Amino acid sequence: MTAVDETTDPNPTDPVTETPANGARAHSHGAGTVPDASRAERVTSYDVADFAVPRGREEEWKFSPLKVLAPLFAEAAADADETAHVEVSGPDAVEHRTGTPAEIGAGAGFRPGDRAAAASWAATTQAHLVRIPAEAELDAPVLVTVRGEAGRTTSGHLLIEAGHHSKGLVVLDHVGGGAHRGGVEVRVGDGAQVTVVSLQEWDDDAIHVGQHDVLVGRDAFARHIAVSLGGKAVRISANLRYAGPGGDAQLLGVYFADAAQHLEHRQFVDHEATNCKSYVEYKGALQGEGAHAVWIGDVLIRAAAEGTETYELNRNLLLTDGARADSVPNLEIETGEIVGAGHASATGRFDDEQLFYLQSRGMPEADARRLVVRGFFADIIGRIGLPDLAERLMATIETELAATMPGAHDALQAVATGTSTTTQTTTEEN
Amino acid sequence: MATLEIRDLHVTVAEADGGVKEILRGVDLTIRSGEVHAIMGPNGSGKSTLAYSIAGHPKYTVTSGSVTLDGEDVLAMTVDERARAGLFLAMQYPVEVPGVTVSNFLRTAKTAVDGEAPKLRTWVKDVKQAMDDLRMDPTFAERNVNENFSGGEKKRHEILQMELLKPKFAVLDETDSGLDVDALKVVSEGVNRSLERTDVGVLLITHYTRILRYIKPQFVHVFVDGRVAEQGGPELADALEESGYDRFLAKA
Repeated sequence: MTAVDETTDPNPTDPVTETPANGARAHSHGAGTVPDASRAERVTSYDVADFAVPRGREEEWKFSPLKVLAPLFAEAAADADETAHVEVSGPDAVEHRTGTPAEIGAGAGFRPGDRAAAASWAATTQAHLVRIPAEAELDAPVLVTVRGEAGRTTSGHLLIEAGHHSKGLVVLDHVGGGAHRGGVEVRVGDGAQVTVVSLQEWDDDAIHVGQHDVLVGRDAFARHIAVSLGGKAVRISANLRYAGPGGDAQLLGVYFADAAQHLEHRQFVDHEATNCKSYVEYKGALQGEGAHAVWIGDVLIRAAAEGTETYELNRNLLLTDGARADSVPNLEIETGEIVGAGHASATGRFDDEQLFYLQSRGMPEADARRLVVRGFFADIIGRIGLPDLAERLMATIETELAATMPGAHDALQAVATGTSTTTQTTTEEN
Repeated sequence: MATLEIRDLHVTVAEADGGVKEILRGVDLTIRSGEVHAIMGPNGSGKSTLAYSIAGHPKYTVTSGSVTLDGEDVLAMTVDERARAGLFLAMQYPVEVPGVTVSNFLRTAKTAVDGEAPKLRTWVKDVKQAMDDLRMDPTFAERNVNENFSGGEKKRHEILQMELLKPKFAVLDETDSGLDVDALKVVSEGVNRSLERTDVGVLLITHYTRILRYIKPQFVHVFVDGRVAEQGGPELADALEESGYDRFLAKA
């Protein structure tokens, strides 16, 4: 459980530092709230009133487009129907029920961590339970489709409960328009092996703030894969906790941000149980004016979490000028008795030498770029384990990529001759 | 019979301080099908610049002179057009392409160079045979291009491509560097197989003479300070083995 500690350590173990490249934001940062000394101190609550409407100075909101996301911070009116349109299908062995969050037993593995999540929780009258019975091994994936509608704000909660020693794959697909705030609660029973894929394939004007909490049972394996391709602004917070020792979990993600699109992914891995493993890997490509990707990877290894092994990695590929990637890994370690802990973050342009190599093997530049981008994403997309879905996602990525192809050669020339660019990147490390 | 002709080639490179440095200062070379030309010279003499300029690396700017392949203006072609015209560069430091398997890469390259996809059955057999000849483990095909390859594996992979893509002219840039004797023999055998089975002309760029014990050049050109300082037959390489580059450097 997350301990809420009101005391503030005057010497934080893990201060987030501003890099000079990010200096434009330095003035506003720090003037408002004092950063939490530890990630563990971040407030969680079911009560919307416990979260102020973010203004942009808060550490956890400073990268987000708050004006765009504003509808998702509003409390639902008493008579409003914010029920999201949800379709669920899957193998017969899977149980699907709907009801209020209380009726389906939601919340034991989920606590809202920001205003949008708390407002969503409060507004949800019809939550969905997908239960994989104990020891069941699904032979086909469970498909959950959330269909947003332009002009509407929808809230929802999906509880995925995997019984002990069960095996399954759940694909959650977000499509359509409008504004959506959704909680996803994944409870992985002891010894179970579960993959949850969350696809953000929204229409161009959609906005989405989601919180996905994964609770990993003893000796269980859990994998959460976020794939964000559509939407105007998407912010997914994936939180990982362990209910017992021996858990092994991965938070993976891919994203492709286009012009004026904001794609934000935040993870919090909270190691408290002993001998658990976590691995975080997010990879993204960005192209076009105002394309913005944010990756925040917080990992906390508490004093009790001996034998922990963790690694987190973020890579960004900037395909054009005018795109911006913020990448912030944070690692807090409260015990020395661990197997290993590390992080890496890299943001780069298309590698000219890679292009040259492929072109020198006869491939036209557009084909060479496609091959490199395909390769960049192939590993994570492949781990979804559904070849048809992987191919569909790759096709979507290649369609997006095609938008920048005509000017591809000019871009290479600009880089080759050392023309300066306006592309900004920041990497903050601790 | 094809001819690659380099005439009075001048090449500059942009330097970090914003200046421009001339690396090649008037190179003349003519290579015909089936010939092996060794380009030798001390570090910094412009050997690799010649290789990359022929391939069309954007870092290098040709300021004057010409490169033609059977009369066609190579310098007017893009990098990929040069490859499709029949030029191949085996790189000294080939780059990693994460997420792209050797197998996929080879097939994509073959398709690009030939303008059509190779027939699947014969292609799979050809790749297997070529890998076997170069003593490469079959699992190699499923690894990502150059990722975690040893120095020797990278060079074998370059020569594997040369054998499969069947270029008209291959420029081998310091292919011997970083290879132990066994690997050097395997790689050299690959080049010799290409010479036997195809009409390829080879431009063999090397600092040391040891690869010339396995691949026999008919022509040796000594590069000093961006141009050919001396040329001759294989005996010139033997002389260099004895005396090194000192006399050229003293002269320069």
